[in-house]
Amino acid sequence: MKKSVFLGALTVSSLLAGAAAAATLDDVKARGTLNCGVVTGLAGFGAPDANGRWEGFDVSYCRAVAAAVLGDPEAVEFIPTTGKTRFTALASGEIDVLARNTTWTFSRDTDLKFDFIGVNYYDGQGFLVPKGLGVTSAKDLDGATVCIQTGTTTELNLADFFRANNISYEPVPIETNAEAIQQYLAGACDTYTTDASGLAATRATFEAPGDHVVLPEIISKEPLGPLVRHGDNEWGDIARWTLNALITAEELGITSANVADMAGTPGTNPEINRLLGTEGELGAMIGLESDWAKNAIAASGNYGEIFEKNIGENTPIGIARGLNAQWTNGGLLYAPPFR
Amino acid sequence: MSDMHSHSVGFVRDSVIPPAPPPALESGIVKWMRTNLFAGWSNTLLTLVALYALYLVLSVLVPWITNGVWNASNIRECREIMQGSGGGCFAVIADRWQQLIFGFQYPEESYWRPSLAFILLFIAVAPLLFSKIFPRNLLILTAVYPFLAFYLIWGGSILIPIMAMVGFGAGYLVYSKLVTNSFAAGFFGGVAAAVVVWYLGGFITGAMPGFLALEPVASRDMGGFMLNMILGVICVSLSLPFGILLALGRQSDLPVVKGICVVFIEFVRGVPLITLLFVANVVLAYFLPPGTSFDLILRVIIMITLFASAYIAEVIRGGLAALPKGQYEAANSLGLDYTQSMRLIILPQALKISIPGIVNVAVGLFKDTTLVSVISMFDIVGLIRGPILASTDWNGVYWELFGFAALLFFIVCYGISQYSQWLERQLATDHR
Repeated sequence: MKKSVFLGALTVSSLLAGAAAAATLDDVKARGTLNCGVVTGLAGFGAPDANGRWEGFDVSYCRAVAAAVLGDPEAVEFIPTTGKTRFTALASGEIDVLARNTTWTFSRDTDLKFDFIGVNYYDGQGFLVPKGLGVTSAKDLDGATVCIQTGTTTELNLADFFRANNISYEPVPIETNAEAIQQYLAGACDTYTTDASGLAATRATFEAPGDHVVLPEIISKEPLGPLVRHGDNEWGDIARWTLNALITAEELGITSANVADMAGTPGTNPEINRLLGTEGELGAMIGLESDWAKNAIAASGNYGEIFEKNIGENTPIGIARGLNAQWTNGGLLYAPPFR
Repeated sequence: MSDMHSHSVGFVRDSVIPPAPPPALESGIVKWMRTNLFAGWSNTLLTLVALYALYLVLSVLVPWITNGVWNASNIRECREIMQGSGGGCFAVIADRWQQLIFGFQYPEESYWRPSLAFILLFIAVAPLLFSKIFPRNLLILTAVYPFLAFYLIWGGSILIPIMAMVGFGAGYLVYSKLVTNSFAAGFFGGVAAAVVVWYLGGFITGAMPGFLALEPVASRDMGGFMLNMILGVICVSLSLPFGILLALGRQSDLPVVKGICVVFIEFVRGVPLITLLFVANVVLAYFLPPGTSFDLILRVIIMITLFASAYIAEVIRGGLAALPKGQYEAANSLGLDYTQSMRLIILPQALKISIPGIVNVAVGLFKDTTLVSVISMFDIVGLIRGPILASTDWNGVYWELFGFAALLFFIVCYGISQYSQWLERQLATDHR
């Protein structure tokens, strides 16, 4: 399935590459809304709440882009996509940007003719096991039955890991996270493997989370990031620098609370001034208003605020910053300078 | 001999014994249990096993329902209240029932519109389903209903459904004028009249977009069980006429018509519905020029209708084949032409035979509408699997949600099946 989708997407998207390369920015402005591809539902990353309002880590990025481009964080049409429909939706032009915890890989960036515009979450594949299993390392999992979501990169990583360590396993293919939880709790598989963020979210929903542990091994690099169509570099720049603006805002201490003040009058820090448009012409260089970054940050806060609100340690999901801390705090977030 | 007799017989009963109640073991509940539950050791054993199985199920199910929690704001609170009593966390249904029924994007102040459309559905189909009870001219309600329902659910100016209806009306008028000459003239004349009216009506609706307008709701905002009902009702009612045409076409003597029908039916029946849905969602987007938004619900309706009509065609073909050849010959000998003989003699009988099969397809189709969750539409299953289970409040509640969905589907499907059995009894004219 996955392969055929890839091949189909490849063929058709290469046919359309020329036609769809026309300015997405103009389309979005003419339409008045941003079509943002999101997940159909993933705890913390994107789901409609009880009032039908989309909330989540990836969703906040969509709102930031809409605020930067159109000045209104609510001018977003959220288009839910599944793991199987997301790439065709982007390639066919149904959505302008895909923010759906998608792993940046070589073939997706090149073969499928997409451009990943950065990494908004550094993830990695881990293993969840019951404490009763008495396993302390993923290398002890010889002969284990493993619940694994089909059609994702996790499936391939799993095969690589077990082959590299010369141990055997028996996959239990499942379709959704919900199904995986049922199977795992019913004992149909010894361990459940998916991205560590997903495991943390899953473990938090258990009746007795303390009876389960996430093993220390992270067996893959899963840089998750938003992506756009290949070929429209102006639009790619906007998407990329909106993400960078959110990251830089955290580094410079600009929050949704103080952004209005800081943008009102030029301050002492020239980079803040350039970012918020009180100095220089950065907005005009990417075809936006000079207050584009201010709007993006005001939409739902800087990167750190978005993280803490949706998936941080005070939420039921409770993910520590870890790799996703600023580079000044030992993490990997390192936005290029606004200059 | 006579005195001998008086000596040998000591007592002669000269009155009837008063009737006594049957022995306790042979009457009432005891007898019923002895014959039905405990007749012989093997039956006794099976009864005991069945009772034990029943006990196992009920011992979980009853506390699940009676200890269920209806008032909580998230699953953690639910668990706190229950303290392991084995109850269900029904609070999720209390919290999210509007989403489960209407989807999460349908404007809340407009919930009365689809609800009203749902109630009117019963009024509209009643003359159709119970034609002996309701007078025939109530069928006009049935004819108006699709346009009214469209207006209620999708909103927008009332002129659009009215123009559509006027177009159909004009087409029918022209058809009924011309059909006495020939069916083909009537058919094409009717289509042409409808197209002309629609084209002219386009100017009127374009000029007055706000006339008696309800707040328009985009197709993408439909969801929940309402979406399943919309898809189910529209696709079943559209696939029936298409199915009849396909079944007749497959029996046709015209090689081109027959060929097209056979290829279509065999192709569609040979392809899983889910691939057709993927085509509707994913592949069609490539063939349309960028920027055109060919409504996703419309695409899905077309695909499901194609799928269902192929199946219904085969069911009806079975009914046609079951009719004795004498019926066809009788119709011919009366001097009826093809359309008359089909309409008056063949189809009424063939359709009656096909009722169980058609209902089977309809029920299956209605349940298949949940497949749209795979192409990221938020029908009731898509809503459960996506937004609700992804919210940190309710992640981990499965039985209650899927049980609720199953209950809704059961009510509808059981209703359909009961109606079809009643209809069969009504139409039973066979030799018993």
